[in-house]
Amino acid sequence: MKDRIRTILLFALAAALIVGTGFLQSWNTALIILNMGLISAVMSLGVNMQWGYAGLFNVGILGFVALGGLATVLIAMPPTTAAWSAGGARVIAGLVCGAVVVAAVIAVFRHMKRSKWRALIASVLLVGGFFLYRGIFDPGVEAVEAVNPAISGYLGGFGLPVLLAWPAGGLLAAGAAWIIGKSALGLRSDYLAIATLGIAEIILAIIKNEDWLARGVKNVIGIPRPVPYEIDLQNTPYFAEKAISLGMDPVTTSSLFVKLSYSLLFSIVLVFIVVLSQLSLNSPWGRMMRAIRDNETAASAMGKDITARHLQIFILGSAVCGIAGAMMTTLDSQLTPTSYQPLRFTFLIWVMVIVGGSGSNLGAVLGGFLIWFLWVQVEPAGLWLIRIITSPLAEDNALRAHLIENAAHMRLLTMGLILILMLRLSPKGLIPEK
Amino acid sequence: MDFLNAIIALSNFALLPAIAYGSQLALGALGVTMIYGILRFSNFAHGDTMAFGTMCVILITWYMQSLGIDFGPLPTALLALPFGILCCIAFLLLVDRAVYRFYRAQKANPVILMIVSMGVMFILHGLVRLILGPGDQRFDDGSRFVMTAREFKQWTGFSEGLAVKTSHGITILTAIAVVAALLWFLNKTRTGKSMRAYSDNEDLALLSGVSPDRVVAITWIIVAALATIAGTLYGLDKSYKPFTYFSLLLPIFASAIVGGLGNPLGVIAGGFVIAFSEIFVTYAWKKVLGYILPEYLKPEGLVQLLSTDYKFAVSFLILLAVLLLRPTGLFGENRS
Repeated sequence: MKDRIRTILLFALAAALIVGTGFLQSWNTALIILNMGLISAVMSLGVNMQWGYAGLFNVGILGFVALGGLATVLIAMPPTTAAWSAGGARVIAGLVCGAVVVAAVIAVFRHMKRSKWRALIASVLLVGGFFLYRGIFDPGVEAVEAVNPAISGYLGGFGLPVLLAWPAGGLLAAGAAWIIGKSALGLRSDYLAIATLGIAEIILAIIKNEDWLARGVKNVIGIPRPVPYEIDLQNTPYFAEKAISLGMDPVTTSSLFVKLSYSLLFSIVLVFIVVLSQLSLNSPWGRMMRAIRDNETAASAMGKDITARHLQIFILGSAVCGIAGAMMTTLDSQLTPTSYQPLRFTFLIWVMVIVGGSGSNLGAVLGGFLIWFLWVQVEPAGLWLIRIITSPLAEDNALRAHLIENAAHMRLLTMGLILILMLRLSPKGLIPEK
Repeated sequence: MDFLNAIIALSNFALLPAIAYGSQLALGALGVTMIYGILRFSNFAHGDTMAFGTMCVILITWYMQSLGIDFGPLPTALLALPFGILCCIAFLLLVDRAVYRFYRAQKANPVILMIVSMGVMFILHGLVRLILGPGDQRFDDGSRFVMTAREFKQWTGFSEGLAVKTSHGITILTAIAVVAALLWFLNKTRTGKSMRAYSDNEDLALLSGVSPDRVVAITWIIVAALATIAGTLYGLDKSYKPFTYFSLLLPIFASAIVGGLGNPLGVIAGGFVIAFSEIFVTYAWKKVLGYILPEYLKPEGLVQLLSTDYKFAVSFLILLAVLLLRPTGLFGENRS
């Protein structure tokens, strides 16, 4: 009972913070925080599955989030027909060729006995396959990227409704997680951490550099939205009249309306995932997961297949991160690969999970909201603090100006302090696992 | 003649930079492996420790430059280095006292320490950005080259030039000196031996009267020195940007793991394995092949295996291959 009251109070606090922002700053800001808070909560649920249920240390969250973003482009953008006819087939053939080579090498390793011959055949296949792949792939890429590079220069997507990108982002991330899990799971936890860190870098490098895929660092902008555009709403007589009759400005109302529609969509996804996670955590499957986490040897002695369960939870958690990534790119209506920073998209999510409480779904959601709120609000607060601290210095003092200019980085410092204090004072988090 | 030209071109554009980069990685990875050996966790804050130490060096360098102190043809940063190391030592000892000591007393799970080090990473990264800002900083001065490409051409008569950058020379010499000193310390001195004993078997070492607090403090001192030196050399050679140092975490960990965590010589070799593969896979071989191959085989393209943006992929793939095929590292002993 006490726990329940505590949980309710903490969520009320998170709600109060956001509503307070609405009253004190603006409702627009409050809704922006709410929307990203919802997305952060989904990401943190995904990480909590891997770390909280199974003890898997994944610091490659950024990669899965970026894959979700990529899925949004691939699903929702209209196909670039000129690029497809210029080199689409070649690009696809190159990719298929690459996949066949990798599969062949794996097959050689699987089916041949360890010998000099195996190493030789595998290396010949790998080197030959690499040049074959580059030979097929490169001209295709060149042709695709030459098609109107200023506005397209990529293959485009399928032109499907953008909401389909959310499950697709999950699937894409799950696929990547399967490949990664097959090779890297079973490593010691710190090795797995380094491996996932590297994989995230590679996924990001691919998205940044393969211009034919999603324009690389040239960004894809104007991804279709699942909700109406503000300008259309303003031009709808019914909407404008309704806004005025409520005593509000149609422009502000339309912007709030759009953000609220996003909030609604995101909330549906969040509630759906929370309910599923809660049900599964309390099912025999969830108990098995925690048993494996707490004592692998004992669980294995009871006949549980640890590697398979780890792979399963790794895929599930990554898929949830992929869904969140797709939601975020949908909210932004653009894919900007340079904005994927590990501190923001990997380590900040970890702070959310640890602060919320490892292993507790509600904790992960709460952590998502609270930490996101802080991440946004610490910036102005830090500026204010630095202004006060440096107020004895003259207005044009170089040190003062420099510190004020860099005050935004106070948020990193704050997050580090929060993480360390939380681990020291309340290692189980705000809403501990039962 | 063509063959020699090929070798010179290769040395100029790939070998020398790879040796310098390998030395920087090796110094960084030695720090990681010291922490892993003595404190028994993977320190995510190491890249940012390097950034912090280098920041101290940069600030002191600027101060010295403003006083008109210089080091002749060598960068002033070398004069500032000892002071930077002292700042970094003080800071790390403070962090250990405030943060890590608590978990050591509890004998916490290494994973928890790893998460704690994520917190320290945030703090260090935030501090560096707050003090220096997120942008590029230049702090090198003195002469840029020991020998320019033109001097080399005039001197030898080859058509290819070989330029030796001062930063490369300093990096290689410093790295040799530091590694020699470290190995001497670990293998010959009483304190070094007690540290190795502590790393091999903590309980036995404690029974033999090794003081854990002293061992830990000395570890942090060595780590601070290694990180500051590695960071400063990297900054002099390339450029200083906090985020780049954070990203160095991956190749540094890769070097440490490839070499076999806890084995100093292996870790140095690991650093070179990673540096050479990164640079050779992303190097455009056109020029070198143009000298070696007969006329009809001369390549048209750049003959670059992977674009330079994928250099992290190289260190990662090597890391993964080593982890899967030989988890104790290429040079590690087979301890289970």
